[in-house]
Amino acid sequence: MEIVVSLVRQMRESLRDLAPVVLVMAFFQLAVLRQPLPSTLALADLLTGLICVVIGLTLFIKGLEFGLFPVGESLARAFVTKGSLVWLLLFSFALGFGSTIAEPALIAVANQAANVVAEGGLINQTDAARQVFASSLRMVVAVSVGSAVVLGVLRIFKGWPLHLMIISGYVIVLLLTLLVPPEIVGIAYDSGGVTTSTITVPLVTALGVGLASSIKGRSPMLDGFGLIAFASVMPIIFVLLFSLMGLPFLPGVAL
Amino acid sequence: MNSLLGTFWHTLMDILPIVAVIFGFQYGVIRKPIKRLSRVIVGFLMVWIGLSLFLVGLEQALFPMGELMATQLTSVDFLPMLEEGAQRHWRDYFWVYVFAFMIGASTTLAEPSLIAVSIKAGEISGGTINPLMLRIAVSLGMALGITLGAWRIVMGWPLHWFIFAAYLLVILQTLRSPRSIIPLAFDSGGVTTSTITVPIIAALGLGLASSIPGRSPLMDGFGMIALACLFPIISVMGYAQIAQWVTIRHHKKKRQQMPKGDSNAL
Repeated sequence: MEIVVSLVRQMRESLRDLAPVVLVMAFFQLAVLRQPLPSTLALADLLTGLICVVIGLTLFIKGLEFGLFPVGESLARAFVTKGSLVWLLLFSFALGFGSTIAEPALIAVANQAANVVAEGGLINQTDAARQVFASSLRMVVAVSVGSAVVLGVLRIFKGWPLHLMIISGYVIVLLLTLLVPPEIVGIAYDSGGVTTSTITVPLVTALGVGLASSIKGRSPMLDGFGLIAFASVMPIIFVLLFSLMGLPFLPGVAL
Repeated sequence: MNSLLGTFWHTLMDILPIVAVIFGFQYGVIRKPIKRLSRVIVGFLMVWIGLSLFLVGLEQALFPMGELMATQLTSVDFLPMLEEGAQRHWRDYFWVYVFAFMIGASTTLAEPSLIAVSIKAGEISGGTINPLMLRIAVSLGMALGITLGAWRIVMGWPLHWFIFAAYLLVILQTLRSPRSIIPLAFDSGGVTTSTITVPIIAALGLGLASSIPGRSPLMDGFGMIALACLFPIISVMGYAQIAQWVTIRHHKKKRQQMPKGDSNAL
């Protein structure tokens, strides 16, 4: 019963969250564009789609509060009481790596990237070369997210200042951008955005906040956040480095 | 129906590795049972079903609608008539900028991972951060970034000017804003690029880039997302700076009023 009440309340919030999108679209459709909907887009389909979005958002947010948030935080606390930094870092890497390697958005981007790079003449125009490139790109990105979470967790432990690390990350990105072939720049910047998926973000946030609130001398506000920031800069650096140093050594890829 | 099952399958593939890592470490390394296990399992099931339904709904309603409107707004039929041989002025794309701003702001408000982060931020800040205000700040930043991105595609100016300028602003603000907001601000840049906003923005960028001669859809579509990641950082720090300024002014006023009250009492 308690679940039902909180679900209904959450449903009202989801409706409120989605109302602006619907209003903006309706305004543009009715007042600005004033064109009839094409036959492929039936009004009934749009409505059922919207209902799916509202129910889905409601279940997702409530599910986070029931499952992902408490488990993430209690794991973080358990690692701190266990006192083993090595296990914690292993866990962080596995979490970052595991949530990225199977990410459907990354698979799509990697395949698309292989085409772009092949057309740009950086790798051979064969299917084999494209496949090798796409799977190594996925690997590089997954490893980079794993290392980003590890670095972020280390930062929480040591209390290093976040802004200095992120700004030096920016500087590295800028410098590397000047060195790499232009075709790779777009792919690299995109891979930074792809990795922060809807499930990874809440879990990584719960991990960071859980760690920062159970380690003495760390404040959750100052130290708990920042993991996502690493996870969106690190892939850019890794992919840029990969195009400089890894690309020429891929088997069957180099011209 | 097929796409429905496909979406559920993709989401499962997205969740399974995380579940494996969590439960593997919980039982293999920590070796303690999870508290309220049944509730946690229900939670994970809700996340799976919820996210899948959410994505199915997006595919069916919001994405086709957003893409349709993006192509219609940038198509030649919609833009104002051109005189013979005249060049298009950037103001001709007025409705594109308005659309970019409004759609950027409204889709970001509904972004699930941003909702999640703002819930956490509200919880641990002990009420000093209002989750809804945080989301509004991020949305405004996102909207600004996307609008600038659209304008940049129309003008054809190089992306890195904008990126450098935005980086510079971020660095300057970092030096001036309250320390406790900085990590959250940096996080909000990465949070926004997950589900709803990106496909609609990409469609808008694609439509613009292909309707204007001399723009490459591939290079310019991505530029909008890069800018959209940076501006929430700026707007969240800006929000904190304004909030801080207001409180300081408030305190000053109080202090100024106090001696007055004292003299009256005398």
